[in-house]
Amino acid sequence: MIEAIGLTKRYGNTVAVDDLSFTVAPGRVTGFLGPNGAGKSTTMRMILGLDRPTAGRVLIDGQPYAKLDRPLTKVGALLDAKWVHPNRSAHAHLRWLAKSNGLSTQRVDEVLDLVGLTKVAKRRAGGFSLGMSQRLGIAGALLGDPKVLLFDEPVNGLDPEGILWIRHFMQGLAAEGRTVLVSSHLLSEMALTAQDLVVIGRGKLISQSTTEEFVERSTENTVRVRSPHADKLGAMLIDKGFTVREDSDGSLTVSGATSDQIGDIAGSTGVVLHELSPQRGSLEQAFMQLTGDSVEYHTEITTETGK
Amino acid sequence: MTLLAVERIKLFSTRSPWWCMLLALGLTVGITGIIAANWQDSPMPVIGTVFTYTFGLYVIMVMAALAVTTEYRFGTIRSTFQAVPDRVSALVAKAVVVTLLAGLVGEAVGFGSWGLSNLLAKDTSQLALNSANDWRHVAGIGLVYAAGAILAVGVGTLVRQTAGAVSIILVFALVLESVVGLIPKIGDDIQKWMPFTVANKFIYGSPDPGSLPEGAGPPAIGELSPWGSLGYFVGIALAVFVISLVVAKRRDA
Repeated sequence: MIEAIGLTKRYGNTVAVDDLSFTVAPGRVTGFLGPNGAGKSTTMRMILGLDRPTAGRVLIDGQPYAKLDRPLTKVGALLDAKWVHPNRSAHAHLRWLAKSNGLSTQRVDEVLDLVGLTKVAKRRAGGFSLGMSQRLGIAGALLGDPKVLLFDEPVNGLDPEGILWIRHFMQGLAAEGRTVLVSSHLLSEMALTAQDLVVIGRGKLISQSTTEEFVERSTENTVRVRSPHADKLGAMLIDKGFTVREDSDGSLTVSGATSDQIGDIAGSTGVVLHELSPQRGSLEQAFMQLTGDSVEYHTEITTETGK
Repeated sequence: MTLLAVERIKLFSTRSPWWCMLLALGLTVGITGIIAANWQDSPMPVIGTVFTYTFGLYVIMVMAALAVTTEYRFGTIRSTFQAVPDRVSALVAKAVVVTLLAGLVGEAVGFGSWGLSNLLAKDTSQLALNSANDWRHVAGIGLVYAAGAILAVGVGTLVRQTAGAVSIILVFALVLESVVGLIPKIGDDIQKWMPFTVANKFIYGSPDPGSLPEGAGPPAIGELSPWGSLGYFVGIALAVFVISLVVAKRRDA
């Protein structure tokens, strides 16, 4: 369980994170979504006590990070896979991390095995590919078998195989009852990985809900209808208060109505239908719409204060 | 103790500390060997075996600064603070490990140089460690290296960049402290209180007057007694280190 309460981070005049409050529940993968520069990484660093919030606080199972005893056994994090000394072996890197929290060398071998790096454990980490570095970072996060896990853009730059591996891995971790927070700027990726979404833009909370709700709410649901009596049907639908748009190929795009309603109307008046298919707007579009608003909103604010 | 083990693993699992230690030993002992082999006409004094100690000091200080700056360079400082949220104890543990190592290297440098001089010098009649002063000349090197390491860890923590930290240390020790003596009127007075100059006084200062041959080396200047000089140098090192702890605790990692 992670709770952020009024979290704010200011760098001079720039507000990176603005009065951000959200909770991350255990047993689910929570996507932390926002465009680049929205303040995701800053928030994650504040969760880990690396950056000091200008205001507000963030609690992990009711305690600030700095108060945690042997923190690696409570919270595991992968913020940047490149945070490894390039001349240190993967094994040595994990060994000092383990030692610092009283974990055994045996545990190091276990996590290396878990992420499939046993063979290259003695090689210098600087020679690792991005995928291997990412696996090493995940091994480090899992070292203390923590109940809370944070991953910052874990699939960035990975090949499809790596993306799939990480996605299943995170879902597996959540299924074990852990709290998993994954940041990303790709809604399509999060829609596949996360059950909950915390969406931010320009450091402000835009929404917190389940992924389903978010997608439901933010994408425009329409129904495509093809009928030889399109004109008649269209007129009836408009009468009922639905919005109807006629497309160039003569088909109708109806918004505000379910396919059931349209089917019923058509059936009751004997209109023949050739097609009746619910359509869903793209996730990217919805996301851009939402976060684009926050960008515009922010611009307005700055021009006002600039006067 | 756990934290000391952590820092030990970190330090010895990369190669640069090993190279630095080898270089420190090789430079000092090697050049002392050349000096000893060419010491003609008079018996070699104990103080003659440690003229090269400063080369090793700079190398060891670079090693100590690197122990911190590479962590910032590669982001592992964040992993460190994540594993040990109490930044002060993490940095103190690092300083302790680096300082102990620097002390050991310093002793190896002192006794290595002295031992090699015993083997190579023509006339070793003055080389026995008879007085407290003789012991200070040789064994004192470890103490100066240790204090230098604390200072360098402090500078490294403050500056966070290898290039910056190393330049500050070297420019200060090699250039600034000599140049400051050129300032008219007050230059000499300032120089007397510069940390590396004072550290010199601890190693070289107050030798048995009879044993110091003409033109045998840099004159030791300073207002303090040799041990007072060491206290001064250690004090400056600790002050810089404590400031760096306060800064590191407050700023974002």
